[in-house]
Amino acid sequence: MKRLIRGALFGLFLATTVHAAIDTYEFKDEAERERYRTLTEELRCPKCQNQNIADSNAPIAMDLRQEIFRMLDEGRSNEQIVDYLVARYGDFVRYKPPVNAKTFLLWYGPAGLLALGFGVLAVILVRRRRVENAPTSNTLSEAERERLAKLLDKKDS
Amino acid sequence: MKRLLMLLPLAIFLVVAVFLYRGLFLDPSELPSALIGKPLPAFSLPSVEDEQRLVTDADLKGKPALVNVWATWCVACKVEHPVLNRLAEQGVVIYGVNYKDDNASARKWLREFHDPYQLNIRDERGTLGLDLGVYGAPETFLIDKQGIIRHKFVGVIDERVWREQLAALYQELVDE
Repeated sequence: MKRLIRGALFGLFLATTVHAAIDTYEFKDEAERERYRTLTEELRCPKCQNQNIADSNAPIAMDLRQEIFRMLDEGRSNEQIVDYLVARYGDFVRYKPPVNAKTFLLWYGPAGLLALGFGVLAVILVRRRRVENAPTSNTLSEAERERLAKLLDKKDS
Repeated sequence: MKRLLMLLPLAIFLVVAVFLYRGLFLDPSELPSALIGKPLPAFSLPSVEDEQRLVTDADLKGKPALVNVWATWCVACKVEHPVLNRLAEQGVVIYGVNYKDDNASARKWLREFHDPYQLNIRDERGTLGLDLGVYGAPETFLIDKQGIIRHKFVGVIDERVWREQLAALYQELVDE
């Protein structure tokens, strides 16, 4: 059983490596190949929207890979390449959208919600502790003692 | 104060529900074009009919028009074509961008199904398509008389789309 699970897990790892679409490009050096890889993985295919350019087999993704390769070959920087695509396809093509007024909520919303949750939790805890730790005086006031006595008396009789 | 706090979860639920409800009717495959408000990208490409005739972005200026990206390999374009024919008959100016297509089949298509395009740009390698941010066909851009892209529609223009979305915009550009 254990071996089976281990085998299945190993299979899963293999699956991720055979996913990428296959092109053949000649890169100048290893660094350029690495840049090509990060770029195609960080840019989103405009046609099949849940895939990046590296994974997609859509014709447009093929074109964009080609275009990225061409620009790398020309010696353009990563920013220039990303800007080139954003100018044509909008911020949509970036899996890492820039921080601006429109995406502010997207970037900081979750963290904000988390902080808010912690805040509420802290308030609740502090309040509860205050109630628990409140010096509950063992001595009753005059009025209370009288009332108690009355109640006890009633029970006795 | 306490009562208000008790209503808070309901309020949050309502806000989320409104957003999710709206989300049901959004089309996620429709990208807002990054080119709205920008001039047509500069290009110089042959026309579909005549290899010697070079078409540039300057040729598309002067009248508000539809710039329709089409190809013979695009099945949806066939559905759209009769609608474009009818619009052309009504006097709507339509320019074509024959996107990554085989020129012979494109000419055959225009002979067989009628040619609604005033000019047809032969974008065999898809360079103009790339500059226009085209990611499929058909796509249609609405340009004004200065050649500024004012609107983009992705998908098939049918009678209803024209009537409800594009006709008014086009008319507005004509009246400008």
